[in-house]
Amino acid sequence: MEFKVAGGRRTSFGDASDVGGVQSRLSFYSNSSDVDVSLEDFEQFAMDRLRVLKGIEEGRTRGRKAEEIDALVVDLWRKHMRTPNAADIATKDMVSHFVLRLAYCRTEELRRWFLAMESALFRARFRAESPESQRKFMEDQKLPYKAISSTEFESVKEKLGQVARSLNQPVPTADNTFYKVPFEEVPELVSARRVYLQRGFAFVPRDQLASIVVGQFRARLSKALALTNRLWTSTIAVEEKDRLTPIVEALSMRYLGADYSQPSKGFVGLQDLDNLAKNSFPLCMRHLFFNLRHEHHLKFGGRQQLGLFLKGIGLKLEDALNFWRSEFTVKLIRRLYILNLPRWLVEVVQMTTEKFDKEYGYSIRHNFGKEGKRVDYTPYSCMKIITSTPGVGDHHGCPYRHFSQENLRSVLEDQQLSSRTVDAVMEKVRNRHYQLACATTFEAIHGCPSDGINHPNQYFEQSRRALQGGGQAENTSSSNGLQSVPLPAHHDPPHPVERGTLPIPGP
Amino acid sequence: MEVDEGSAATSTAGQPMEVDGNPNPAPPAQQNEFSPDYLKLYYGRLFPYADMHKWLSYGHDGKHTGCDASFFSRREFSFTLEHDIYLRYLSFHDASTMEAAIREKCPYKIDIGAVYNVDPSKRTAYSNVGGDKVFSPAERELVFDVDMTDYDDIRSCCSGADICLSCWPLMTVAIKVIDTALRDDFGFEHILWVYSGRRGVHCWVCDPRARRLTNEQRSSIADYFRVCKGSEMNGKKVALTGPALHPSLLRAYTEVLKQYFEEKILLNQSLLASEQNFGKVLDMVPDESVRSQMRNKWHSSLPSKDEVNSKRWKQLKQLLEQGKSKGQVLRRCVEEIVFAYTYPRLDMEVSKHMNHLLKAPFCVHPKTGRVCVPIDPNNCEAFNPMQVPTLPQLMDELNRDDTASGQKQKDWERTSLASSIQYFKQSFLDPLARTNKAELESSHRAKLQEMASRPSLNW
Repeated sequence: MEFKVAGGRRTSFGDASDVGGVQSRLSFYSNSSDVDVSLEDFEQFAMDRLRVLKGIEEGRTRGRKAEEIDALVVDLWRKHMRTPNAADIATKDMVSHFVLRLAYCRTEELRRWFLAMESALFRARFRAESPESQRKFMEDQKLPYKAISSTEFESVKEKLGQVARSLNQPVPTADNTFYKVPFEEVPELVSARRVYLQRGFAFVPRDQLASIVVGQFRARLSKALALTNRLWTSTIAVEEKDRLTPIVEALSMRYLGADYSQPSKGFVGLQDLDNLAKNSFPLCMRHLFFNLRHEHHLKFGGRQQLGLFLKGIGLKLEDALNFWRSEFTVKLIRRLYILNLPRWLVEVVQMTTEKFDKEYGYSIRHNFGKEGKRVDYTPYSCMKIITSTPGVGDHHGCPYRHFSQENLRSVLEDQQLSSRTVDAVMEKVRNRHYQLACATTFEAIHGCPSDGINHPNQYFEQSRRALQGGGQAENTSSSNGLQSVPLPAHHDPPHPVERGTLPIPGP
Repeated sequence: MEVDEGSAATSTAGQPMEVDGNPNPAPPAQQNEFSPDYLKLYYGRLFPYADMHKWLSYGHDGKHTGCDASFFSRREFSFTLEHDIYLRYLSFHDASTMEAAIREKCPYKIDIGAVYNVDPSKRTAYSNVGGDKVFSPAERELVFDVDMTDYDDIRSCCSGADICLSCWPLMTVAIKVIDTALRDDFGFEHILWVYSGRRGVHCWVCDPRARRLTNEQRSSIADYFRVCKGSEMNGKKVALTGPALHPSLLRAYTEVLKQYFEEKILLNQSLLASEQNFGKVLDMVPDESVRSQMRNKWHSSLPSKDEVNSKRWKQLKQLLEQGKSKGQVLRRCVEEIVFAYTYPRLDMEVSKHMNHLLKAPFCVHPKTGRVCVPIDPNNCEAFNPMQVPTLPQLMDELNRDDTASGQKQKDWERTSLASSIQYFKQSFLDPLARTNKAELESSHRAKLQEMASRPSLNW
């Protein structure tokens, strides 16, 4: 796609092959037309789309179901993507998508976020279309899915019925249309066992058709993002360094808020950890920390979640290595005592420390960007933690989301929270407001309001501020996290954004 | 990455070994002893290099014009040497360079990684991000890792690295359930199951379609097999909703799980005999009246020891099924308990990412000295991990037959490894070779067509 930015030269945005044809309202954003767009619109459109995507993210962190997300998206789209002239919506859709594609192509983390949100957006928009226009869209995009014959339906009817009933849905009849597609095309349906699989083919009911199309959308966008990234680094960033680059870079900062890859201030020493864990860690980290102290062991997911958090609050690499080493070797040595092998003990201690350095040390140094790809990994956000899927033996994840009610309640009671507070927290959990539940806990413990919790490291920083007094003094962010526009990246990372309260840029 | 807790102790336990001058040191008294010298001999005389190369070449070692000669050399290997020295991103041009490297380094463990877009040993040359070829995995078998340690919360016979014949049926169940689903649900055919040498099993799915899956598709398959959820702090490990089971779960339940639960696990693990154990089972029942009813009953009466488990299971089942009137919640509960105690538990991370490494078949586990032999899924109930050939045993067999020589047999044919290698060749490599050929031809045709109609490069 090419944009002719008013008063500037053209910037290439994609393959400019197919121009003709009436635009369907939906798009895979692969063919495109040339558009004239002012620098202001360039940014404004992107901001509006970002509002939609952020709204979707918020819905997801609250654990909303797919259907609820669909409804939410329709609302958000209507609210933010409206244009004075209805005919311009398609342009706005195109422009905003491609601008954000540029903004979010640059790191793995950004790409993953953008891909997830755009796919959710696309799914909801697709599902909102009439069956007729869905069919037309699929034809236009050359997605040649044919419904299965009634003979084939009869042969798998029983199985399709079992799938439907396992999902609490009505049993399908011959009137229901099913499509037979390679299972690779519907990963989401496979994950959740929402389809019947037979020798490599998934039987997709009509109302899940969106999954097939979204699968295609995802796959294409994922490829395009990788390609865009390559072009961005090789040419666009330099060519556009005075004009688009600052806008684009600022746009991606806006979503992330602070990423906490660097501790905001000072460092934390090993000797302070227990104290800090007790007073200033959010529940998810507290649980991991004390579990580690107690069991001297954590599985991979827990090590990552806690390890990156500790990095974010300012634990230095050396200290981190010492911390984990001492925890894990305690366990090893203890086991060896049980084995009753005292004469090897000296060697054993050496071995275990060495073993630690090889097996765990690597991943810790890796997280600090000292091994492998040498990327400085960022601590997990609430979104990432809430959407994680801890399994048997795991302790990571979000306690508000992943603990059973009884366990959560007893953990909260251990924190000396009043029963009224605990009830308030549990109420929020039942409504799937996990972050609000966390904020309520914060407020009860600290006796002061919180700015909202989007990130465990933000919880930590708020807690330190509150406990060290002068709580509100440096609070520049709160509701107005996103300042308006063209700015080079803030040298001080902006504070995490209160969800859903993007300011409207001034006239 | 999990630390092998036992390793530090045993790896210092090696006894002084005979020197290199003697090619056939006598086996020590203990049958499980592992020694670097034996390993050297094993790599020298028994390790099936040619078969491994044939497997991992997927037909690209032939003369077909569609062959990609660089295919095998783009495969990542990694060695773990003595004292845990770890070498990643190794690659070999062909079978003989692989053999030479393995003989020379004598690795305690060989891992197989992905096939990359460029030779992994030259990856740094391509590491500049802007370049056209960023070092990245191009294809990879779909792999699964089932490890007994993930069952620790339901095992009472042993824990951690230990296994015994009481808990091994859990692995048999895992093989049966996953193997059937991979074939019937996903349509895969070339599936290799391997004993991990100590406490688990590995699975390699080698169909062309499986090797080309994206990470996302791999995750979806791993999730498809994920029934036991719930982290440590979430009491309920299995939650089945809806008035029916998904066909794949139903098949697992009726064909495998139910029988193994009632005939093996329930008894082997003595799930309902002691209060500690039946407490865990009852915790999965969401109805307090059923729980207390059972607790009281089981407290007061003590049936004879042998029958206690099945008797109590019958009682519980009966009560739960009567509770049908209370809605599906209780009805599902019988199944939920069975699933929680038998359904396979995968190490998800291993399956989800193309670049994850997995130990090669025919390695020798340095702690047990046992060879990682293939397991025939059609006969996996007969597999006994305690009878897998060990290094000393194999050396013994080699020695014995050396003296009575005269036959023109290959070394491996004279050992108890014979049936394993035979299985690998006939039941895995031969069918795979036919698929490889068809695959090469069709992809070659496709390539020719694509070249004929290649569009200009655009983004």
